[in-house]
Amino acid sequence: MSFAGLVFILIKIVVVFALLMLTVAYLTLLERKVLAHMQVRVGPMFAGPHGILQPIADGIKLFFKEDIVTKQADKFFYFLSPALSIVPVLLIFAVIPFGDKSDIFGLLKEPIDLRITGLRIDILFIFAMSGLATYGVVFGGWSQNNKYALIGGLREAAQLISYEVAFTLSVFGVVLIAGSLQLDKIVAMQKDMWFIVYQPVGFLIFLTAAVAELKRTPFDLPEAESELVAGFHADYSSMKFAMFFMAEYASIVACSCLGTILFLGGWLGPSFLPPFVWYMIKVFILIFVIIWLRGTYPRLRYDQLMKFGWKFLIPLSFVNIFVTAIVILLVR
Amino acid sequence: MLASYVPILIFAIIAILFASVTLFMSNLIGQKRPSEDKLMPYECGNIPVGTARERFPIRFYIFAMLFIVFDVEVAFMFPWAVLFKKLGILGFVEMVVFVLILLLGLLYVWGKGALEWE
Repeated sequence: MSFAGLVFILIKIVVVFALLMLTVAYLTLLERKVLAHMQVRVGPMFAGPHGILQPIADGIKLFFKEDIVTKQADKFFYFLSPALSIVPVLLIFAVIPFGDKSDIFGLLKEPIDLRITGLRIDILFIFAMSGLATYGVVFGGWSQNNKYALIGGLREAAQLISYEVAFTLSVFGVVLIAGSLQLDKIVAMQKDMWFIVYQPVGFLIFLTAAVAELKRTPFDLPEAESELVAGFHADYSSMKFAMFFMAEYASIVACSCLGTILFLGGWLGPSFLPPFVWYMIKVFILIFVIIWLRGTYPRLRYDQLMKFGWKFLIPLSFVNIFVTAIVILLVR
Repeated sequence: MLASYVPILIFAIIAILFASVTLFMSNLIGQKRPSEDKLMPYECGNIPVGTARERFPIRFYIFAMLFIVFDVEVAFMFPWAVLFKKLGILGFVEMVVFVLILLLGLLYVWGKGALEWE
């Protein structure tokens, strides 16, 4: 690979990384504001007009907080797990496309791919990375030597692996129709009709399993505040605590991007807006829905959670896959 | 082919650097006023009894085993799904048989009551 190519990749990585961090920071504000207005409050108001500087203030505060390492903690895993939970989530963004080939409003001579890299196994790579995130949680819960954290970590692990199966199975309908694991090809195939029309059940399973994977309400048992303090990150403070949250919000963005690409036609839309704008609108609608769920639903019980996952969602995903396969065979 | 993985490697290095440098800097810069109580694990204000290295319910283990079975299956299904249109009816029947065998296992576990969380 040439030197110019390497610099080009580095520029793309820096742009994606910076935009992602900005989105993650402002997602916390968006969530607080949306929830506040749903509960007839106003949310953060003091840092800047309408609290617009709140995420920056929070970031600075967390960075300078005391980094407490409890006596009984296993130091190595205690430091490893925040890093282990954020790195795989960031890597997902290496393959997520943000738009079609574009010359960025005529700034460049040749159109470039609006993504860091494209593999032939994009979807497989994404699910592999999202599976790795479980380790951060388990190590985090175990290393603190804190009973609440241990219970939270174990619950989280069992929940993540249970819904991981349904999460992966939900995209098979799309893969069957598209016959490809490449995200840009999948978007290109939705030119006539978005896949959500062919795969409504698949989309609902995807959304449910994604919310469970993101450990958001109504599936937020691992960090059920009222019984487990904060679950697997009970004893974490300062930047380590922030890193768990960055990972959580970055995975919300990742899941919304994936849902947009697989089911909602990605960046396709009427031509009066540029493709990237369509893409962002769809992504933010999905993010809003995920926040909205938190404002609406109560938390499930743990036995309900496992029952729902194994006895309903997974069999339903298999039915969905085989019905899709039969229809493809009949149409052909 | 392999060239498309190079950006991922670079991104991985940057991500690991970001995580470790941030954690290290925050640990270095943040104030340090440790006290006996602060370094105790937080268990709702009670003084912790014993360690958390306790035994935990076997159910977690059963779910982990079930997960491995199903996740390996999912990995098998990816190439099938990509090539489905070429495989046609034969591919469909083969996958139905394969999945049915696994679902029988799930039904057995279900009947045994291992999925109940009481």
